Amino acid sequence: MSRYSRHIVLSEVGQLGQSLLSNAKVLVVGAGGLGCPVLQYLAAAGIGTLGVIDFDVVELSNLQRQILFGTSTIGMNKALAAKNRLEDLNPTIQINAYPEKLTAKNVLVLFDNYDIIVDGSDNFTTRYLVNDASIITHKSVVFGAIYKFEGQVSVFNYQNGPSYRCLFPEPPREGSVANCSEVGVLGVLTGIIGSMQANEVIKMILGFDHVLSGKLLCYSAKTAEITTIKVEKSVKEFEKVYALKDHFTNQYPESSNEYEVREISVEDALNKENVQFIDIRERDEFPQIEVPPNLQIPLGTLVQNLNRLHAEKEYIIFCQSGIRSKVATHLLQELDIPNCYSLQDGALGIMEHLKRTS
Amino acid sequence: MNLKIKYFGLLAEISGCPEEEMEFSKSSVSELMETLFEKYPLLKDKDFQVAQNHEITSQETRITENEIALLPPFSGG
Repeated sequence: MSRYSRHIVLSEVGQLGQSLLSNAKVLVVGAGGLGCPVLQYLAAAGIGTLGVIDFDVVELSNLQRQILFGTSTIGMNKALAAKNRLEDLNPTIQINAYPEKLTAKNVLVLFDNYDIIVDGSDNFTTRYLVNDASIITHKSVVFGAIYKFEGQVSVFNYQNGPSYRCLFPEPPREGSVANCSEVGVLGVLTGIIGSMQANEVIKMILGFDHVLSGKLLCYSAKTAEITTIKVEKSVKEFEKVYALKDHFTNQYPESSNEYEVREISVEDALNKENVQFIDIRERDEFPQIEVPPNLQIPLGTLVQNLNRLHAEKEYIIFCQSGIRSKVATHLLQELDIPNCYSLQDGALGIMEHLKRTS
Repeated sequence: MNLKIKYFGLLAEISGCPEEEMEFSKSSVSELMETLFEKYPLLKDKDFQVAQNHEITSQETRITENEIALLPPFSGG
């Protein structure tokens, strides 16, 4: 365990602490300015299962602050690019990349698979989605947000503590707050705030006493001044979220950013000859599909398995219901596998069709 | 009483300073806001929380301490 020797030698960590870290499962929402340093420090610290969700691709203007990425990754999906880099940083941990948008449809399932959620998103829709879903799934959120030279950090929904809505009950009015691409941000600031978030994650896993719950830490990179504001829990804000639980999938607008890819119906797909089906779901997803025969390549591992695919061959990509397969089809097209179709209705559609025709 | 008011994020751009001192003779947070909206009309369009002595207040909270902070939500990541 010489990889972690500088942690293990700390009496506050030790072998026990290191095994707590390697048994922890942390999901990072957004691999941007905040998500990158969080991912780097958590991967290096040996967090056993590290998830990252981001639908966006690396752009040149990201490299001023998102130093997990390099010039060679421009154009790649951020979650997949992060996974590639982090696997080199620490090949002993499991890294799950989700190259898709966090939505009311996938958020509950995703959060259920992790212990701690890190919010490194860059918009209020996602921040409130993360807050509400974390309350419903009983997960703590390590929150970070930035504006130009200033950052905010807190831990929400931790040991019966307050949530983001206890601080800011509703998203601000449209246009009341500008985002990074409009106003700019100091690159170093994202490293500082992201590192503070990673620190809180590690404190929580190790069971330290002074987790940043019930407090909002405000940091100014201009003055190096830290102001800490007490945040009280508001039961009303939690009740508001619980009341929305059943309507959860209807609460947020669907992504308007969906990929334009060729789709094919289950019937047309099954009638097609000389075509290879690819199941891009995680290995433990049900129903398992044996007919038609298919390759199993989970979405997060698609890039590494590219050598198994051929540019001249036709592929039909499927997932559970036809959403992730669009992302995969788009990705494969970008990676010069042009003859791909995304299967409408996914594995569930195949089961339905087989039942109807048997 | 003499208040020290701290402005965070884009609120400091509206006030033109990260903090200032101000003489205030009325009693509640909502009255303080009226005074500030008069001084900085653009503040009215912004969403923020008000903290007194490092604790979040409501509109009805009485001003008893001299350190006030105006905190907007940040969305950037």
